[in-house]
Amino acid sequence: MAVTKKKLVDLYTRTLKVRLFEEKVWDLFGENLVPGTLHLYLGQEAVAAGVTAALKKSDWVQSTHRGHGHVVAKGADMKAALAELLGKRTGSCKGKGGSMHITEFKAGVLGATGVVASGLPIAAGAALSCQMRGTKEVVACFFGDGASNNGTFGESLNMSAIWKLPVIWIVENNFYAMGTPITLTCPSQSIAQRAEAYCIPGCVVDGNNAVEVYEATLEAVKRAREGGGPSLIECQTYRMRGHSRFDPAKYRPKEEVDFWLSKDAVEIIQSIALEKKALTRKEAKDIRKKLQKEVDSAADFAVKSEYPEPQEALDDVFAEVA
Amino acid sequence: MTEKTYRDALKEGLREEMLRDERVFIMGEDVGRNWGGAFKVTKGLAEEFGDDRVRDTPISENTIAGAALGAAITGLIPVAEIMFGDLITLAMDQVCNQAAKMRYMFGGQTSVPLVLRSVFGGGKSIASHHSQSLEAWFMHTPGLKIAVPSFAYDVKGLIKTAIRDPDPVMFFEHKLVYDRKEEVPEEEYLIPFGEARVHREGDDVTIWGTFFMVHKAIEAADELAKQGISAEVIDPRTLVPLDKKTLIDSVKKTGRLVLVTEETKTGATTAEIAAIVQEEAFDWLDAPIKRVNAPDTPVPFSPPLEQYFIPDKERIISAVREIV
Ligand SMILES: Cc1ncc(C[n+]2csc(CCOP(=O)(O)OP(=O)(O)O)c2C)c(N)n1
Ligand SMILES: [Mg+2]
Repeated sequence: MAVTKKKLVDLYTRTLKVRLFEEKVWDLFGENLVPGTLHLYLGQEAVAAGVTAALKKSDWVQSTHRGHGHVVAKGADMKAALAELLGKRTGSCKGKGGSMHITEFKAGVLGATGVVASGLPIAAGAALSCQMRGTKEVVACFFGDGASNNGTFGESLNMSAIWKLPVIWIVENNFYAMGTPITLTCPSQSIAQRAEAYCIPGCVVDGNNAVEVYEATLEAVKRAREGGGPSLIECQTYRMRGHSRFDPAKYRPKEEVDFWLSKDAVEIIQSIALEKKALTRKEAKDIRKKLQKEVDSAADFAVKSEYPEPQEALDDVFAEVA
Repeated sequence: MTEKTYRDALKEGLREEMLRDERVFIMGEDVGRNWGGAFKVTKGLAEEFGDDRVRDTPISENTIAGAALGAAITGLIPVAEIMFGDLITLAMDQVCNQAAKMRYMFGGQTSVPLVLRSVFGGGKSIASHHSQSLEAWFMHTPGLKIAVPSFAYDVKGLIKTAIRDPDPVMFFEHKLVYDRKEEVPEEEYLIPFGEARVHREGDDVTIWGTFFMVHKAIEAADELAKQGISAEVIDPRTLVPLDKKTLIDSVKKTGRLVLVTEETKTGATTAEIAAIVQEEAFDWLDAPIKRVNAPDTPVPFSPPLEQYFIPDKERIISAVREIV
């Protein structure tokens, strides 16, 4: 299947947008403007880009604690996203959620969750809803290698398989759950091979190659939309930084880090796009400039926004009764 | 005596028990050599005792608790760690239906020498899934003992008692106290469950609280002292068993009670304590019991919202001033 030039530009743009967004978050964090902790998506951009590029606007994604990339790639407003990370009233969650709960429903994000593996059942339910309402929408559910060892993984894959739910299970295997390497927690060579137990298709792709992620997702989306049920796609990727805020990630061998850093998601999609003549160098540069401007002005908006008033803590527990 | 952080005192307690009894072992997510626990409590223990006895697990909370239980009823003494107290929700069946009921439901056939460590509390802007204080849920479940140490001296003595206890112990810590220091004896000591610690003695009002709020209550008491109000500050140290006597005796002396915890108000441990005091010391009360708690909302992320949510010294002082 040949990816169109237009799609290559789209993939380049999404990957780069997430990269620039995360670099900005890192800067703001360095300026002490981001409260709490942070799980940066740096390094994994091609996964969010490839998956969301295979979805329609009306489709859904379920995010994780490492959710900035999912949300931005799905098309959430970067101003509201950055404002949320800074705890501002103009944030997408009015400052209630922050990094681990960065979410924009109107962009098709079902929620970022701080509880590892808690998104899978919700994604199954959203897919059930798409199926019962006959909308032809699909749900892409992101989760980590660590999450795949939680009970919800087995329960959700099984339920989605028996009911042929339109959900695509995207496991972002970055080989670590905090400091724990996957070799300590998973007996098999891949997570994808667990798909067999649920009688659904499973595959492994290079998660730093947006085209590979896109193609695998597209096929799974097609199957899901046509009533063929769920798929499991394992995207192998790597965190450029530590797990969270202050983690120097000393537990990762240097050769391993160097290997993955040499597989830069932005460089990979850019060179594919250039090679396939989907983009000229100048066009690539112009896109970067435009995105950087967008990110900068989003950051400006976020920084200038007001913090919520303390009593706003009491809002939104229940619906307002008219 | 040496000054030690809460974290180090706790680690020392764990270490001493592991040296004393080889049935004691630790399991949990990232407790091993790569991380040493999310709050670094077990740092260095895997190096000393090996990866078998300080065992990294997959992210499988229900099975961490359940497997610890299975090990506990067959001859081992597991100290299982659930990385955040909020995540014990994933293990509620094994904790509340299985571990808590096993001795009773099976007619006393088995002991359950299990310790489950976890950590509660806000103050770090890590939002609704990593900041809650859920101790009341476990107080409501018969069969679980609950330790709530807030000081270095207490945490060491209590972890050792917890490990030697034949029943399941929920051992709850607080995120903001790990770096706090206190004098800790060189020689071995244990602290029995069910004995409160009185941090300040006073005549005008009793302040009872847990976790970080004990520290805030002490600050409040010191400030109240300057204003001429003498407050007694009681830290129960364990919620189950509960030291009622120290509390009731204090209320009988002061006639006034302020309860302060970081929990959301409805159904909090403070509600239970207020009920106990009015049952057992109603005639000695000179004023309504005051509760200082968080509002009934999830824990918000943004600092101004979170500061509003978590009770502080000023709120304790004004609660005291309302009744004294
Ligand atoms: C149920 C649950 N257990 C533990 C944690 C603490 N925790 C946060 S992220 C994380 C590692 C998750 O690993 P993985 O699923 O591989 O995602 P990654 O961080 O690598 O993106 C852990 C253990 C949590 N938030 N939720
Ligand atoms: Mg991972």
